[in-house]
Amino acid sequence: MEAIEVSRVSKIYRRFSHRKQFATLKSALLSRSLIKNLRPDETFTALNDISLTVPKGRTLGVIGRNGSGKSTLLKLVAGITKPSSGTVKVNGRISALIELGAGFHPEISGRENVFINGIMLGLSKREVTERFDDIVEFAEMRDFIDAPVKTYSSGMYMRLGFAVAIHVDPEILLVDEVLAVGDEGFTHKCLDKFAEFKRRGKTILLVTHSLGMVERFCDEALWLDAGRIKGSGDPKRIVGAYVTDVERREEQELAATDAKARDGANAVIVSPDEPASAVLPDNPVETGSAEGDMFRAAEGRWGSREIEITHVDFIGADAQPGHVFHSGERLDVKIRMRAPLPVDDFVVGIGIFNADGTCCYGTNTYIEELAPESISGDSEATFTIESLDLVEGTYKVDVAIHKIDGYPYDYHRLLHTFRVKSRVKDVGIYRPRHSWRFSGDVKFKDVPRS
Amino acid sequence: MLHNLAQLPRYRGLIQSLVARELKARYRGSVLGFFWSFINPLLLLLVYSFVFSYVMVGSQDRRIVPYPLFMFCGILPWTWFASSLNESAGVLISGGNLIKKVLFPAEVLPIVTVLANMIHFLFGLVVLAGFLIYYQRPLHASELAVFPLVVLVQLILTTAFALLLSALTVHFRDIRDILSNLLTFWFFATPIIYPYFLFPENAWQGKLLKLNPFSHLAITYQEILFFEGPVGHLKWLLLLAAIAVVFFLFCYFVFDRLRDTFAEEV
Repeated sequence: MEAIEVSRVSKIYRRFSHRKQFATLKSALLSRSLIKNLRPDETFTALNDISLTVPKGRTLGVIGRNGSGKSTLLKLVAGITKPSSGTVKVNGRISALIELGAGFHPEISGRENVFINGIMLGLSKREVTERFDDIVEFAEMRDFIDAPVKTYSSGMYMRLGFAVAIHVDPEILLVDEVLAVGDEGFTHKCLDKFAEFKRRGKTILLVTHSLGMVERFCDEALWLDAGRIKGSGDPKRIVGAYVTDVERREEQELAATDAKARDGANAVIVSPDEPASAVLPDNPVETGSAEGDMFRAAEGRWGSREIEITHVDFIGADAQPGHVFHSGERLDVKIRMRAPLPVDDFVVGIGIFNADGTCCYGTNTYIEELAPESISGDSEATFTIESLDLVEGTYKVDVAIHKIDGYPYDYHRLLHTFRVKSRVKDVGIYRPRHSWRFSGDVKFKDVPRS
Repeated sequence: MLHNLAQLPRYRGLIQSLVARELKARYRGSVLGFFWSFINPLLLLLVYSFVFSYVMVGSQDRRIVPYPLFMFCGILPWTWFASSLNESAGVLISGGNLIKKVLFPAEVLPIVTVLANMIHFLFGLVVLAGFLIYYQRPLHASELAVFPLVVLVQLILTTAFALLLSALTVHFRDIRDILSNLLTFWFFATPIIYPYFLFPENAWQGKLLKLNPFSHLAITYQEILFFEGPVGHLKWLLLLAAIAVVFFLFCYFVFDRLRDTFAEEV
């Protein structure tokens, strides 16, 4: 039997800009656009022809970017809003954990609020009385239940709201990203409660950004994107596809910011005749002593351009230029240069900075004892990192070509960005190649990682 | 619409606990607490007595002496009516959280407002009873029998207005601002601080009074509690009862039609 049946549902929000209508009634009359103005100015399609079914006892996880229509879908299933077209059929008592503690009155005690909230969610007074102790126990609120709700911390408020909603004993549970309600311990309790619901054959519709939860917990996943279903089926497969898509978008975003940063920097062009130090008050020429300034300096580009860095590409393991890479993969930084006239004094350098501005690594050809002989015309340098052993995060890169004494030909300060992705959320900057080994009687449960 | 209306009794428990909450929350944190429900009408009565006995001493008809008592008979039900309307105009907006986030029958909110104000009205009656005894005004059982009827008619009428206003205010917030002024006008257009026989029946003021539904309620209250003799206004009250029922159905219809827009507009 189907617990939830959504067929060909669209939800269109209309936006009238009232203010515009009334403020400019006179001008509207004058320009005879009154009728036009009274029509909705703007429609927003939150959901577009969505069909889905959730069989009884199954758990469906809905994922998607912000604004993709996840919450709208949940509200439609809950019956809080009506679809613009299509039908929603639900078989069984619903409890919607959309906003916890909605309707708590701040002035009265937690005890009274539990009763009223329970009744609002469809219980009778007797049913609430029966479950009252369980609710208070679950919320860990025994000492505060008689205090007015306005004195509660937000965590207490949410816990109590969650406890009431979960004890309504629904056949269908709708959950909208509410698990961030308490400390670790409480979150585990919530997850246990969900697991119990599952065991008891209840249907759960879960909207979340926690992909791990979808993989671990759901029988099926649904991926919404801009109001349409972009994929549905096996959670692992859908989450995988979603993650890839998110990376692709991040990639585009980074590429765009990168291009913007470079365009901005290019606007400041230093003529080759002038020494760069004359143009830049913070003299970054002496690399040794100006190190402090180096870290403070904002992104930018300077130099005489006797040698110009024309292009910088990050090439991943797939041999394609990109901006998002996985920890442990190979990364090539390809630097294209042009020297209109031959130059014999040059150093190619690179520096990698994390989001805090900490230099993760920096080197140049001079430090590595490559003595320059000459460079002319178009050329290319490739800096290969065999294994990108960095933790997840965004990194900015300095690329520079300068004289041995530091006189800059072309200095790209933090102009290039890449992101490192990782399944493991370890901390720090550097992730050494590592492994764990144990001897003696140490065992770990075989739990799929979140 | 009728289906939804038939569902209303199912929300009995909810309405009951929300009314109780409303009353509890109102006086939470005040020293006298629940006694305010008595003290407020008492103070109101004292203020009006003072004003009309010492400040605005005019030529008062002998028929409406003691004047404070006469006025109190009209002001109590009016306060119920006016506060219900004033509060229900904003009730869907302030309760927006419930409508947007919980599957919640929206009509419960204006109904709770009306009922909570009715409880205050009933407390006020206790004070009124005290004054009736103090002034030794006789009450007749036959007249008192009409009392539940007039309260019921007022309840239906007030609920109808509350539903209509709460639903319309969601779309036209202007109502909240204009409402209190309209109610002030309405107050003076109702025979509360002056007796209904101040104007001859065929004068335009008299006709206006006839058109005003609250006149009939006020006059009935006054006839039951204040004036001697039988309730001559009963036939008007019955007519008003019929109109109130029709008007209630109309208002509920409007509310029901707008229901689906609440979650998006509040």
